[in-house]
Amino acid sequence: MLGVEKIAVRVRVNGELREAQVEPRTLLVDFLRENLNLTGTHIGCDTTYCGACTVLLNGRTVKSCTLFAPMADGGEITTVEGLSTDGALNPVQHAFAECHGLQCGYCTPGLLLSTVHLLNKNAKPTDKQIRKAIAGNTCRCTGYQNILKAIRMASDEMEKR
Amino acid sequence: MYAHPFSYHRAKSLAEASKLLQQLGDESRVLAGGQSLIPLMKMRMARPTALIDINFVPGLSDIQSHNGELRFGALARHTDIEMSDAAAAIPILHDCAAGIADVQVRNQGTIGGSLAEADPSGDWGATLLALETSLQCAGPQGERSIKLEEFIKDAYTTALAHDELVREIIVKKPPRNSGGAYLAFKRSAPVYATVSAGVQVTLDGKDICKDIRVVLGSVGLTAIHATRAEDELRGKKIDGKAIQRAAEAAREAAEPQSDMRGSADYKRMLVAALVKRALGIAMRRARGERVEAEHEYVGR
Repeated sequence: MLGVEKIAVRVRVNGELREAQVEPRTLLVDFLRENLNLTGTHIGCDTTYCGACTVLLNGRTVKSCTLFAPMADGGEITTVEGLSTDGALNPVQHAFAECHGLQCGYCTPGLLLSTVHLLNKNAKPTDKQIRKAIAGNTCRCTGYQNILKAIRMASDEMEKR
Repeated sequence: MYAHPFSYHRAKSLAEASKLLQQLGDESRVLAGGQSLIPLMKMRMARPTALIDINFVPGLSDIQSHNGELRFGALARHTDIEMSDAAAAIPILHDCAAGIADVQVRNQGTIGGSLAEADPSGDWGATLLALETSLQCAGPQGERSIKLEEFIKDAYTTALAHDELVREIIVKKPPRNSGGAYLAFKRSAPVYATVSAGVQVTLDGKDICKDIRVVLGSVGLTAIHATRAEDELRGKKIDGKAIQRAAEAAREAAEPQSDMRGSADYKRMLVAALVKRALGIAMRRARGERVEAEHEYVGR
C-alpha cells in the first residue's frame, strides 16, 4: 500500500499526557487499547451502534470506534480507568455494583461513562431522561432494569455529597 | 474494522481546505464529525485516498441569531443545537437536534456534515426544508449562497463543487404565529428513521392555515416537499377532514422502497400517521402552547 505516513497523536488521558505515532486510519478505540494499553474501553459492534466503546472526549461522550485518533489530538479523554481514585470506586461504579447493574460486564465501561456524562449535566434526571441518555448503549444481559436502578442510586448518592 | 489507508490533512481554514481538495483530487474528502463517513469507510463502502479534517478550523461551530435569521456554523454539533436558544425558540429545530441517533452521535455529528452528506434518511434535510434555509458555501472563487432546495440534488449528491465546503447554515426565523414539528419513526435510537415528517404551519387566527410546509424524510432519494398536501390546507380552515386529505396527499407523494426497515406500504401508512401527528403538534405550538415532542422508537 502507498506508504501512508504515521502521524503523532497527543492526548491527555485520565489526567496523564500520552503520545503515540499512528496511521491516520487508527480508530480512537484502538489507539486507547493498542497504543496506550488502556483495555477497559471495549469494542462491541464496531458499527457506531452499541456504545461499548464510549469515552469522554473534552467532557462529552463519543463512540471511540467512530473517530479517527488524529481527530482527538490535543483533547482530554476520560476512560473507565479514570473513574476511580486511589482504588476507591466512583459513585456511579459503586451504584452499578450495588444494584447488579451488570452481568457479563462487556457494555459496562460505556454505560458508566454515559452515566457520568448524564449526571454531570443533570444531577437529578427523570426516568425518561435516563432512558434517553443511555439509548446509545446496548446491554444484552440485564434487561436494563438494574441499570436504571443503579443510575437512580448514583444520582441520589451524588446529591448527598 | 479498518478503513482503507488514507493520507490525513488538517486544515486551519476553509480556504486551506478548499485548496487541499483541489490539490488532492477527486478521491479526497472532507472530514467533519465523521458519524456517517467513518462507518462507511470502515465498511469499505467509501475509500477516499485523502481526508481533510476541518475539525480544527476555528469559529466554525458558532450559533448566532440576528436580524430575523439564525446562523449555524457548519461544525455546530447536534448537541450544541439541541442546547441552543435558537432551538428553544423554534421547536422544530429542537425536535430534530435532540432526536438524531443517540447522545454520543449527537455530541460528535455536525449539521453541516449531515446536509453535505445528503443521506436520503438524514434528519436535517427534512427538517430545514420545512423552514426557509440557505447555505453559505466557500470555494476557490470565494463564497456563494445556495438555497437548501437547490443544494440537495439527489441521494448523496449536493450542489457543492469538489473544492467547495459549507461554512454556515442560515435559517429564517418563522413568524410569531407559526409553529412546527419534526417527528421520526425509528426501530431504535441509534438508527436512521424508517419515515420522518416535518411540518411548519403559520396560522391566521385559531385554525386558518395561512401558510404551511410539509416535508417527508426517508421515503425518496431526497427529502420530499409534499406540495399537494400543503395545497389541501393553505388558505383553508384546518379541520379533521382537511387534515385527512392532507395526510392522504402526503401518502401519495411518498416514494418509499421496501427494505429492512419495512415494506413500502407500511412506510406509506407511517407517512400519513406522522404527518397528522406533526401537524397537530405544529398547530398547538403555533398557538403558543409548549408541546414536547419526541421521535418514536421502541423502549424510549
